[in-house]
Amino acid sequence: MIRFEKRPQPSQMFSIATPLLAVVTTMFFGGLLFAVLGKDPVQSIVTIFWEPLFGEFAFYYRPQLLIKGAPLVLIAIGLALGFKAGIWNIGAEGQYIMGAIFGAGVGLAFYPTESVFIFPLMILAGAFGGWLWATIPAVLKIKFGTNEILVSLMLVYVAEQFLASMSLGLLKNPEGFGFPGSRNLQQYDSAHNADIIAGSGMHWGVVAALIAVIFAYVLLARHSLGFAIRVTGEAPRAARFGGVNPSRLILFCLGVSGMLAGLAGMFEVAGPAGQITIDFNVGYGFTAIIVAFLGRLHPIGIMLAGLLMALTYIGGDIAQSQLQLPAAAIQVFQGMLLFFLLAFDLLTNYRVRIGSNEVAT
Amino acid sequence: MTTPLLSLRGLTKAYPGVVANDDVSLEIGRGEIHALLGENGAGKSTLVKMIYGLVKPDSGAMEFSGASFAPQDPRTARAGGVGMVFQHFSLFDALTVAENIALGMENAPAMSQLAARIREVSESYGLPLSPDRIVGDLSAGEQQRVEIIRCLLQDPKLLIMDEPTSVLTPQEVSILFETLNKLRSEGTAILYISHKLEEIRTLCDAATILRLGKVVGTCVPAETTARDMAEMMVGTTLKTPQRSGATAGEVILELNKLSLPPASAFGMPLREVSLRLRKGEILGIGGVAGNGQDELLGALSGETRANAGMIEYKGLDMASMGPNARREIGLLSAPEERLGHAAAPDMSLIENAMLTGAAREGLVKGGILNWSAARAFADQIIEAFDVRTPSAGNAARSLSGGNLQKFVIGREVLQRPDVFVVNQPTWGVDASAAAAIRQALLDLAESGAALIVISQDLDELMEISDRFAALNEGRLSQPRPAIGLSVDEIGLMMGGAHDEEVTHG
Repeated sequence: MIRFEKRPQPSQMFSIATPLLAVVTTMFFGGLLFAVLGKDPVQSIVTIFWEPLFGEFAFYYRPQLLIKGAPLVLIAIGLALGFKAGIWNIGAEGQYIMGAIFGAGVGLAFYPTESVFIFPLMILAGAFGGWLWATIPAVLKIKFGTNEILVSLMLVYVAEQFLASMSLGLLKNPEGFGFPGSRNLQQYDSAHNADIIAGSGMHWGVVAALIAVIFAYVLLARHSLGFAIRVTGEAPRAARFGGVNPSRLILFCLGVSGMLAGLAGMFEVAGPAGQITIDFNVGYGFTAIIVAFLGRLHPIGIMLAGLLMALTYIGGDIAQSQLQLPAAAIQVFQGMLLFFLLAFDLLTNYRVRIGSNEVAT
Repeated sequence: MTTPLLSLRGLTKAYPGVVANDDVSLEIGRGEIHALLGENGAGKSTLVKMIYGLVKPDSGAMEFSGASFAPQDPRTARAGGVGMVFQHFSLFDALTVAENIALGMENAPAMSQLAARIREVSESYGLPLSPDRIVGDLSAGEQQRVEIIRCLLQDPKLLIMDEPTSVLTPQEVSILFETLNKLRSEGTAILYISHKLEEIRTLCDAATILRLGKVVGTCVPAETTARDMAEMMVGTTLKTPQRSGATAGEVILELNKLSLPPASAFGMPLREVSLRLRKGEILGIGGVAGNGQDELLGALSGETRANAGMIEYKGLDMASMGPNARREIGLLSAPEERLGHAAAPDMSLIENAMLTGAAREGLVKGGILNWSAARAFADQIIEAFDVRTPSAGNAARSLSGGNLQKFVIGREVLQRPDVFVVNQPTWGVDASAAAAIRQALLDLAESGAALIVISQDLDELMEISDRFAALNEGRLSQPRPAIGLSVDEIGLMMGGAHDEEVTHG
């Protein structure tokens, strides 16, 4: 009989090894899935993981890696701060939308004035929009003890309705021949979040994501606020005893994660997406939850996980078009990654014992 | 000579890395109250779990009423006539007494019949208990009665009791002892686990002493001194904490009708707690668990805020200050629960040193943490308080209870508090660690600090306190000099002297 025995302390080795183990296992079972669907498993896996980086069209896919990875990393960093403290912001998707609407709204308000101050103002507005949307569940939690998971999640749907209303109403392009959607910010120089080096995919959102990684790393490792976050997640009563004010921590964690999600939305709408449309959001806010856990809630881990996730997106797209793999199979593949990660996570805190069936004390 | 009721021969049980029981033999006769003595980790729990069918021995044999006895699970043990009252109750707060008892029975009779039987048993054994009451409203002593009656309904031949008096007032203890004596006279054997030696001396007929899984001696408790038994348990000579009777100085902390609402539905409010604490004195606060101890510590540590004017420290109104502001001006505390409250279980000792040491030990500057200073502080605690751990980098939960408690106490003591508030300083700690902790508390008072020691161990409070007060239902009795207090007086203070049930006229 197989038993799990709690380790006296978490295994260092396994906390690093489990993400790798999860990736390898996902490759194996994903390959199995693709084989059942009648595709060559090896070729499928190679297409997903190799093609975007070193394939024939890598010059096109590599910038995509940054474009898709940056919002994931930016959002996941914010979420991880909360998750570490046991504060569960599930509504980053909504905060992402609100950041985009606020950022684009400020930009469009100035149209067609050209000024170097417009883009920075949009950044502030985007951050504010996300912060505002995340502060709603924070305040409700502090004042009335509501569950932030439910409130933040429900607010995603409110934000989606708001997005639809904006792209059909207030922000609709007056010269858009009646089509829903705002003006394209890519064609408005002062508001365009262009590549810093043309064709590299390196826009300001990537820079922001890098700064966020460094900021979160320093915060968690060296700052008393980061320590408060970690203790609260490990032992809330001990944190309180250590002088942590839980209400302030909720405001901070939800606020920062909302702000970063809002920033991600703003950089997306002003750059790769270009305009506010009904279907502007594509699930970065939800995928970032996977990225945060895949990266072990560690800033560096999240950066790598964000890139890996972006890789499976891009590779998945290639596999869909080249090998005619169904989109659902790709989604299952991505889901497997989280599933195996959580499953292997058990090994960090427990060791497996195969032996006699006895009652433990 | 008749055959014993239960005889254990050569019981051995090993877990990975530790032999919990090594060749343990003992015999219990009918109508005998047999004490099982030993420090934490001596193997008492493992031994009784084997008798109760929770753990299977690796080797050795048991005989019960002359027949071979090897219970597969607690149900077969109960069917064979063994009952057990655990230290921690397994009761549902929201259900009535009768419902709780019915849940634990194999084939429970109809509720009205069961209620009648509960009344019958509770009367005949002098354990007053109404079957219709909600368990959440009962005192700890009454909850224990539910557990005992649950066992008695099964008509056990052997009753195992694990530290039954740790949650009782002296008056409740004497009610319990009457009951146990009555059971003894009817021929029921009792295996009694405790570390309260005086209790064992008055109650038990025989004692078996365990140390590190082995039987190190047996004795007749009435003919052995408590000190001798303690030394058999520990295996070394015990040092009695030493103190010189310093005179108390000026008032440093004053509580003025400190009142707090309960934190949760089954929580306890604080009701007009007033006291004046002087430099250099130790105020011992006794009371049965759940009478406001945690709440009082929380109000003093700053985890819960009181209204203005209720807490005065060095003439300062401290009511609105948080834990760290209080630490900075010299009021430190150590809560009862080591894992999860005083320390974060999965964090290292370095991080746990940072938890309360940050402000006073200069471990943080402008929000930036100085981990090497925290490590040095953790090492200093480990060194000064003889904390046994491979390194300061180990997780708090990897330490034994006694070692972690030494760390928690040491962490605060080394920060040179002016006022130190501690709840249950030696709870679940082995005798030698307990002695070291008490000595550290006495030394701290000697150096001029004022201490509030909240504890459920009356012997401990009498040993170290200058003055004694008791918490009952969130009220604090008037503190009185500890010297010369009789057990009866203490019991009345603990019981609040208003709702005590006297049943053994």
